[in-house]
Amino acid sequence: MYGSFRLVLQVLSAQLLCVWVLGSELTFELPDNAKQCFYEDITIGTKCTLEFQVVTGGHYDVDCRLEDPEGTTLYKEMKKQYDSFTFTAAKNGTYKFCFSNEFSTFTHKTVYFDFQVGDDPPLFPNENRVTALTQMESACVSIHEALKSVIDYQTHFRLREAQGRSRAEDLNTRVAFWSIGEALILLVVSISQVVLLRSFFSDKKTTTTRVGS
Amino acid sequence: MVSVRMRSCVLSVLLLNVFYSVVSSLYFHIGETEKKCFIEEIPDETMIIGNYRTQLYDKQREEYLPATQGLGMFVEVKDPDDKVILSRQYGSEGRFTFTSHTPGEHQICLHSNSSKFALFAGGMLRVHLDIQVGEHANNYAEIAAKDKLTELQLRVRQLVEQCTRLTEERDEAERQLKHIKRGFHCDFCREERP
Repeated sequence: MYGSFRLVLQVLSAQLLCVWVLGSELTFELPDNAKQCFYEDITIGTKCTLEFQVVTGGHYDVDCRLEDPEGTTLYKEMKKQYDSFTFTAAKNGTYKFCFSNEFSTFTHKTVYFDFQVGDDPPLFPNENRVTALTQMESACVSIHEALKSVIDYQTHFRLREAQGRSRAEDLNTRVAFWSIGEALILLVVSISQVVLLRSFFSDKKTTTTRVGS
Repeated sequence: MVSVRMRSCVLSVLLLNVFYSVVSSLYFHIGETEKKCFIEEIPDETMIIGNYRTQLYDKQREEYLPATQGLGMFVEVKDPDDKVILSRQYGSEGRFTFTSHTPGEHQICLHSNSSKFALFAGGMLRVHLDIQVGEHANNYAEIAAKDKLTELQLRVRQLVEQCTRLTEERDEAERQLKHIKRGFHCDFCREERP
């Protein structure tokens, strides 16, 4: 009986360890005039962070809106390139966040977002964790946390670099088209000028009025 | 003997929970003929695990229930050179895995295989999706059990994986920067990679 009680206790503690987790990090395409919403079920008291960044497209901005289960807007920003929002869930239920490109007529955008819910799960469950962490272990934990933020920063720098590259390529294409267009116009104008000038000096077969008898 | 049974029971509960929580995370709605694409920047020789679960709106019960068996999702993955590396149909709930052979932006597209418009009844399909890249896809409990590591060793292994990921991403960014510094950016230049 004692054995089964211990088993139940261990099962319960194992269950507890698995409740939270998960961060979702996605990069998706948002077509023009479109709105894309994502939903997540969050329990009360969980600390969550939403970060987003526009990677390619147009003026690299997007509208973002975060609502709680009752529809109250927790976060709303228009035409933002990059932002980070942290909140603690005050209610149980489905939280919804939407990205909107409805203000744009023909540019489709690529948006990256990272939605972290709660803390990371422990590395593996330790049924008999009675002692405190050793100095080595706590140092490892703090290095792990620091590396997580380094990875986060690197992701944002990488996306910013991709954004810069996208802008440069866009400019390159526009300059190329502009140059080609201008060269064509130049050619057309110069040829037509030459033709026009020549027409002033060529013998016209028009009737000339004879003055006199 | 008894403790082994207890341990295996706890472990199975744990793994079940991990699986459940992995799939029932973020979700979004997708139309019947809609195709949703996600882009992932993946370094070389990295394993990606994608889990998804679909739900269909039941008008009678007015709630989302797990989709019927006949409904499947078509998953298509393209590598940075626009070559299709995975193109398969899975059931209403599935798990797809692939390993990248080229570093860069991979595109993962999902669309439902339903051609019967009546099936959706004008509604939307709810898709729970989770994509794990590289070291996030590691199941540390498995690794610990297989290599018989202590917690400290496992923690150090995780740190090493994180550092590897950082250096790989940085190297890839440097390589791309060099391309641009040379004055051009062309998609035909990929064979210049060492």
